[in-house]
Amino acid sequence: MTAPLLSVRGVDAFYGNIQALRSVNMDVAPGEIVTLIGANGAGKTTLMMTVCGKPQARHGQIVFDGTDITKLPTHEIARMSIAHAPEGRRIFPRMTVMENLQMGALLAPEAKFAEAQEMVFSLFPVLAKRRNQRGGTLSGGEQQMLAISRALMSWPRLLLLDEPSLGLAPLIVQQIFQVIRELNAKQGLTVFLVEQNAYHALKLAHRGYVMVNGKITLSGTGRELLARDEVKAAYLEGGR
Amino acid sequence: MEYFLQQLINGITLGSIYGLIAIGYTMVYGIIGMINFAHGDIFMIGAFMALISFLLVVSLGVTSVPLALMLVLFFSMLLTAAWGWTLERVAYRPLRASFRLAPLITAIGMSIVLQNFVQLTQDARVKPLPPVITGGHILTDTGTFSVSLSNIQIVIILTTTLLMAAFSFIIAKTSLGRQQRACEQDSTMAALLGVNVDRVISLTFVMGASLAAVAGLMYLLYYGVIDFFIGFVAGIKAFTAAVLGGIGSLPGAMLGGLIIGLIEVFWAGYFSTEYKDVAAFSILAIVLIFFPSGLLGKPEIEKV
Ligand SMILES: Nc1ncnc2c1ncn2[C@@H]1O[C@H](COP(=O)(O)OP(=O)(O)O)[C@@H](O)[C@H]1O
Ligand SMILES: [Mg+2]
Repeated sequence: MTAPLLSVRGVDAFYGNIQALRSVNMDVAPGEIVTLIGANGAGKTTLMMTVCGKPQARHGQIVFDGTDITKLPTHEIARMSIAHAPEGRRIFPRMTVMENLQMGALLAPEAKFAEAQEMVFSLFPVLAKRRNQRGGTLSGGEQQMLAISRALMSWPRLLLLDEPSLGLAPLIVQQIFQVIRELNAKQGLTVFLVEQNAYHALKLAHRGYVMVNGKITLSGTGRELLARDEVKAAYLEGGR
Repeated sequence: MEYFLQQLINGITLGSIYGLIAIGYTMVYGIIGMINFAHGDIFMIGAFMALISFLLVVSLGVTSVPLALMLVLFFSMLLTAAWGWTLERVAYRPLRASFRLAPLITAIGMSIVLQNFVQLTQDARVKPLPPVITGGHILTDTGTFSVSLSNIQIVIILTTTLLMAAFSFIIAKTSLGRQQRACEQDSTMAALLGVNVDRVISLTFVMGASLAAVAGLMYLLYYGVIDFFIGFVAGIKAFTAAVLGGIGSLPGAMLGGLIIGLIEVFWAGYFSTEYKDVAAFSILAIVLIFFPSGLLGKPEIEKV
């Protein structure tokens, strides 16, 4: 395996005195789609946010492309070209679609804005129609598309996606997963995907990790994990 | 009718000054959800910085009035902005993660500190400035009553209009303005996108303080005297204006300032000078009963 793009080593994270991550180890190699699955409250979002420095890891190390980012402030981690479409989408509700995209492009060279805009509008044509509409007035699916697009506007090297399928109609979920697959296959974009929709996520991903109570309990290729009895029992039955 | 017109002109002038101060309250509230009770005193400091700048400019031998005014405007904005920046840095930032009331209490404390500091270093007596902008225009003259628009009123209204237009443009159209609105709507998300939230908050204080400095200069030019206490009264009025317009809303602050200025002047002109403040606050109470979030403070309004 090539040197990992993102490497998480022995990371503990806390909310006050409550420990949410316990000595987490995981890697994402360049060009991979890696997924993290686990029950509600397992600590998946916490791991993603810890990569971005909110909260910061109390112990352990997070390395991105050879640089230790464990103690960097959030906005400087973003500067390393890590883009995050977080849980709950977090669209700026009183900004237009265009303004949300402009916020996403904050760290990118201005000259590449038009190209990025063209790319996301061709991935999600509905956003082009909504360009002057306020983020808060979009449907859930459109907001998720905007959240992903906003993240893509910075031309990231690593895309963090936290439950992009949450609360969306199956057809929209398929569309979004298709876009992730395409971005990875055509542009070589590295993706770290958190999902509760384990079946789809494991089918899409090259590799996966399973998290239980803040600990990584299983890892392997998507196919391997899909075949594991523990995974089937806990995350797949009825979960399709 | 002539009397009404005259009061209208005076009210708009006063309302412009309140509006400039109110923007500082509303911008800071928008971005960190805190009432900066020391902002009125930043306005007072601004007036003193303007007075000091005047002395400086005159001692440098500048005799042209427009040039002197430009220099004074520049220096007082710069110096007052530095006060605003420092205030946030030393008094508010360390408490940002603390419980909600802590920064509020500190703000009241800072207000007292600033007042006492100026009282000690400048002493408590009023400081006069000889009239700098004189003259005016008689608009109508009926023989018994004439309506006049003084040059200083023109300067105040024009400067305010220009500045408010410029600020509205910054907030609506520039990258800094977008970053400010983003921090106001979801500062964690803004940071995830690479916004240095601390820097944006600092700049917001700097912008609010610069506008307060302009208001301080205008006040100094209009009334000709200042003292360490002017920030308290003007601050409460401007705060009222910000709440009236809808705290967090930039156009609301401008509108609120105008309304408070007009109420005050009309009340004093038609009823009595003594109760003009009571009138302003009563109107606020009434408006808040019917519009709990202020006149323009609807959730979908552009805040900061
Ligand atoms: N901001 C927070 N403050 C305190 N506890 C939190 C916070 N966010 C999450 N938690 C707790 O941390 C644990 C992990 O949560 P989370 O990372 O959101 O899980 P997941 O994304 O896997 O559903 C849960 O027990 C949750 O209650
Ligand atoms: Mg989650």
